[in-house]
Amino acid sequence: MMIQSSGITKKFGVTQALKNISFSVNEGDIFGFIGPDGAGKTTLFRIIATLLLPDEGEMTVMGHDVGTGFKELRKKTGYMPGRFSLYQDLSVEENLNFYATVFGTTVKENYDLIYDIYSHIEPFKKRLAGKLSGGMKQKLALSCALIHRPALLILDEPTTGVDAVSRAEFWDMLKKLRQHNITIITSTPYMDEALRCDRVALIRDGEILTVDQPDKIRDGFSRKLFTVKAPDKYKLINGLKSYPGINAAYPFGDSVHITFKNDVFDTAVYDHLKNMGIHNVTIEETRAGIEDRFLDLMENKEINQQP
Amino acid sequence: MNGTVISVSNLVKKFGSFTANDNLNFEVYEGEIFGFLGANGAGKTTAIRILSGLSEPTSGEVMVAGFNVKKQAEQIKRNIGYMCQKFSLYEDLSVRENVMLYGGIYGMKRQLIRERTQRLLKRLNFEEYGNRLISDLPLGLRQKLAFSIAILHEPKIVFLDEPTSGVDPVTRRQFWEMIYETAAGGITVFVTTHYLEEAEYCDRVSIMSEGKIVALDTPAELKKQYMVNSMEEVFIKIARPQKY
Repeated sequence: MMIQSSGITKKFGVTQALKNISFSVNEGDIFGFIGPDGAGKTTLFRIIATLLLPDEGEMTVMGHDVGTGFKELRKKTGYMPGRFSLYQDLSVEENLNFYATVFGTTVKENYDLIYDIYSHIEPFKKRLAGKLSGGMKQKLALSCALIHRPALLILDEPTTGVDAVSRAEFWDMLKKLRQHNITIITSTPYMDEALRCDRVALIRDGEILTVDQPDKIRDGFSRKLFTVKAPDKYKLINGLKSYPGINAAYPFGDSVHITFKNDVFDTAVYDHLKNMGIHNVTIEETRAGIEDRFLDLMENKEINQQP
Repeated sequence: MNGTVISVSNLVKKFGSFTANDNLNFEVYEGEIFGFLGANGAGKTTAIRILSGLSEPTSGEVMVAGFNVKKQAEQIKRNIGYMCQKFSLYEDLSVRENVMLYGGIYGMKRQLIRERTQRLLKRLNFEEYGNRLISDLPLGLRQKLAFSIAILHEPKIVFLDEPTSGVDPVTRRQFWEMIYETAAGGITVFVTTHYLEEAEYCDRVSIMSEGKIVALDTPAELKKQYMVNSMEEVFIKIARPQKY
């Protein structure tokens, strides 16, 4: 087991950043924390990286307690914070050498590990880190986080604000890193990235909603889900929302995902839409995605929280 | 066809020897939801800065809300709204104070600001939050409020730069409902996003790559043209990232 966490809580003043967080991460996995801003992802990662102590609960990483074992853990952990935090006034090469030296190693010794990533920026090794483009900065930060050959790599929102093409490239790099037996934990607000992970935790408002393999999370969606399409989407959404037999209606790309109150396909919905002037409607059953489940879990949570 | 609110012809913007916008040509219509997509570094921000009167084009004709960006930048600023993900509201001011401040900046009359503030708070079910500090509000509420403030002065067009970045999936959808409502009310919405699913919500979408617009059409047409099922696939096919 790479990480074992039970009942972790953390408060900042009146803000409860983490509430009773329990999960475990297997060795060699890519484990993703998926959730919006303010969910507590960064706080949790700072605890895992031994940069912050929890108020309550226990967490061990590689068998060491995050509170007392920090000296051992820091040697074996690579951490890439969400904000670019290398030395902007040092060159690419100087940054990398600096991090290698701090960890008592050399670039040469671990070059094989970073080659795939670093080779893209090596032609610019004399350039100051502050002068790099966003994509290049990220590759340098990842190289620096890996240069001491950590057993655990912690990536805090590496793809936030990154376009879809570059995001796909980044995930390909992570997949390659697995061959070196590195456990990776990462966080993202993009639900679709869950499918790239071995296991994921859906997290919101300091609480884990569920932890599992992405496919099992999708299967946990217990209702029949339908996808509805019509040319005028705005009208369609309003039309569906005004139909009493519908439990939930959420826009998804070019369609709307709906569930019915009694969980049976109520064909009268066609007439309802037609009466509202919405034509050419198609409805098909579909398989739930991670985001459907996330919405479902959020909704249940809110219902349960009503007094 | 509705009226044209943005018209761009042969827009070029250079920084030294680097061409950030390379001969852009497009129009955006009244009440339209226009998605402005592209890879990081493709030149979107440069173009938005020009459209909102913050930067002058090197050459080309750009008209926004009936004004010329070169000669009438100040009028443009009064007739547009703008909201971005990073900075939108003053955290150490209350909801009401933020609304008053922006109303004042837009040069609205006191009475009008007061009326619109009430209307805005009511629409967002925010009445009880009027005196709360922005820093006490969750991100989702802040973004909805920021959007409402960006259209407080009822501009012809509102620019939204990654407005839903990092927002939870429920709030993201509520935000898009506000966008639909706004557009239905006649305000043109010009929006950027990295969520390609949201590109499907737009009436038309343009995709920039390396300073050029490489595609511009309705999502349905683009998918047909590239023979794929989603905007994400369209994007991956044509929006090549920068080469290093």
